[in-house]
Amino acid sequence: MTHDLIHALFLPFLKNKLLCALDDSAVIPTGKGSRLAFTTDSYVVKPLFFPGGDIGRLSICGTVNDLAMAGARPLGLSASFILEEGFSAGKLERVLSSMKEAAMEAGVMVAAADTKVVEHGAAEGLFITTSGIGVISEGVDISGSRAMAGDAVIINGPIGDHEIGVLVARGDLSLEGKIKSDCAPLNGLVQAMLDTCGNIHVLRDPTRGGLATVLWEIANASKAGVIIDDQKVKVRQEIKGVCDLLGFDPYYLANEGKLVAFVPQEEAETVLEAMKANPLGREAGIIGAVVDENPGKVLLKTRIGGYRLLEPLSGEQFPRIC
Amino acid sequence: MLTQSKAMDEENIASIILKELSRLADGHLRFMEVCGTHTVSIFRSGIRSLLPEGIELISGPGCPVCVTPVGEIDRAIAMAQLRDVTLLTFGDLMRVPGSSLSLYEARAMGRDIRVITSPLDAVEIATREPGRRIIFFAVGFEATSPAIAAAVKEAMRKRLGNLYLLSSQRLIPPAIKALLSSKKVKIDGFILPGHVSVIIGKTPYSFIAHEFCLTGVITGFEATDILEGIYMLLCQKKEGRSEIEIQYRRAVKEAGNRLAMEVMKEVFEPVSARWRGLGLIPESGLKLRGGFKEMDASEAFDIPYKDKEDPPGCLCGEILQGLKSPPDCPLFDKRCTQQNPVGPCMVSSEGTCAAYHRYGVYHEGKRGKDTSRSRGRGKIDSRPYTRTISALP
Repeated sequence: MTHDLIHALFLPFLKNKLLCALDDSAVIPTGKGSRLAFTTDSYVVKPLFFPGGDIGRLSICGTVNDLAMAGARPLGLSASFILEEGFSAGKLERVLSSMKEAAMEAGVMVAAADTKVVEHGAAEGLFITTSGIGVISEGVDISGSRAMAGDAVIINGPIGDHEIGVLVARGDLSLEGKIKSDCAPLNGLVQAMLDTCGNIHVLRDPTRGGLATVLWEIANASKAGVIIDDQKVKVRQEIKGVCDLLGFDPYYLANEGKLVAFVPQEEAETVLEAMKANPLGREAGIIGAVVDENPGKVLLKTRIGGYRLLEPLSGEQFPRIC
Repeated sequence: MLTQSKAMDEENIASIILKELSRLADGHLRFMEVCGTHTVSIFRSGIRSLLPEGIELISGPGCPVCVTPVGEIDRAIAMAQLRDVTLLTFGDLMRVPGSSLSLYEARAMGRDIRVITSPLDAVEIATREPGRRIIFFAVGFEATSPAIAAAVKEAMRKRLGNLYLLSSQRLIPPAIKALLSSKKVKIDGFILPGHVSVIIGKTPYSFIAHEFCLTGVITGFEATDILEGIYMLLCQKKEGRSEIEIQYRRAVKEAGNRLAMEVMKEVFEPVSARWRGLGLIPESGLKLRGGFKEMDASEAFDIPYKDKEDPPGCLCGEILQGLKSPPDCPLFDKRCTQQNPVGPCMVSSEGTCAAYHRYGVYHEGKRGKDTSRSRGRGKIDSRPYTRTISALP
């Protein structure tokens, strides 16, 4: 839906060279060796508080991660708050405190902020928009369109924690569990990866639409074929359980602390080692490869050795009923 | 997460069964997986890409949302328009188009329509909101009915008085019988549903073997379960047997779950029901028994069922009978997408069209006749369809 909306409505009006790259951050040349990365994102999560995070933590991590996916070191963020009349000061304090904590974790400051209060019913509690600016070192060239045959595909851990964590926290599924969102700032991990390999081709965080959608977008933008080995993609037992129960496919679940990296095969092991040394990359692994065949398609080799296509998410995943 | 060694086991088991399937396969055989959960598992695990030439899997009518006819959705929407009424239903049903609106659209227009995930939620809501008349629009097969029956009993026990059931529940064995009696589709055997059979056991399927001399295997939902189910069907063919067997032994007992069946029988009685595609099938639905009559929405509200046509061009009816496959439908992936579905098989996560749409099909060295779109060695289904934007929010 978002994909169609962007192409049918937003791009015809707003398109320009920077926007059309459609990466997580716009990359702005500065005339010197390094470039600037610039990005913005709005957060409307429900519920506002969930195990592993809240809207505040999410609004810092999400934007820091968008910068990091361009290979940028975040310089500063801005934050805009839209508060519904009557929103409790206590809750706001909790949100702000976790923003502070997340910003410290990421080593970034909130350099500008704005607040608006709208009347009751015009917003749902609290919406936050954050924007971020970062600097990309000379020689770093990361984009969703740079996947090449011979690349290894790496992910930094198991998928699905955020979406299932939030779904369970919503409380309308009659499910209880200790599933925590994976919400985390990934810039430290990315820096560690860049320090060992200057030639990372693609970095993306599989947020909404999940791993399947992000891989499909990369395959499409790069006109490359991607093969993923289902056996190598980790899904926690409790996430798998909820998926089986509701008829969800973990490949379409949103993550907030995961990244996929496309790096040349010969450098994959070195990058993997560097990732595993970072707390957010401890469960990292190689999950697939880029091939010449089937450009624009993502094939999943299933656990029984069959193949199926990984298509982008279309519509929503609904809990099944039987 | 499967441990590495467990995962390896799964691939090894699959390759052993697949070798056996190749050895046993002889001629062209069509097996129907009745249940939508099987359809999804078959697509997700890529089973179609691995089966030997000549074994064809076709999807059946086992998706409760898909078989709910347009007229019943219209009736539920009409009830939701009444004063002080809250309509409750399961998620997938929300987006199925009625003749003019879906429940989702009706909600957007201000009707109080809510999604629940468990029948007991209905009792809770009715208790919490005594001033409203709560109608639970319940779809589902035998796997869901005992829980609905338990909710009805609980509402009676609590003497709620404001909870009504609009029952659109259906039974699987009568649908299989209707399908076979129609003789419209060639089927050599059935992969029978696991969840439904946990409740009903194997006896209700015995007509498949006795009256129609066909085979059936009650099968689990893991990929290796399904492969083993197909293997058991092939063994029966090879040995000239027609029996109902159970592959899903870890969950299904021959006699089913007596307690669950008793609750179901106490609360419901079989009644003729209309199925999308299959039409009116005797004793294939469930209605509340006399003692629970006061909770029956079809009696309490003066809104009769009216037959309505399926959407023009939509082949869901044929697809549910295994007569056609989604790519045969002129609307598939064109006018009918998951974002803007025309027929229910595209809406439901268990629907055949949704499975085709979401997972596509990849064939490795498959040359046999197949119900999917691509042919040839190692070729990908090319999806020559342009996804156009038909509905922006």
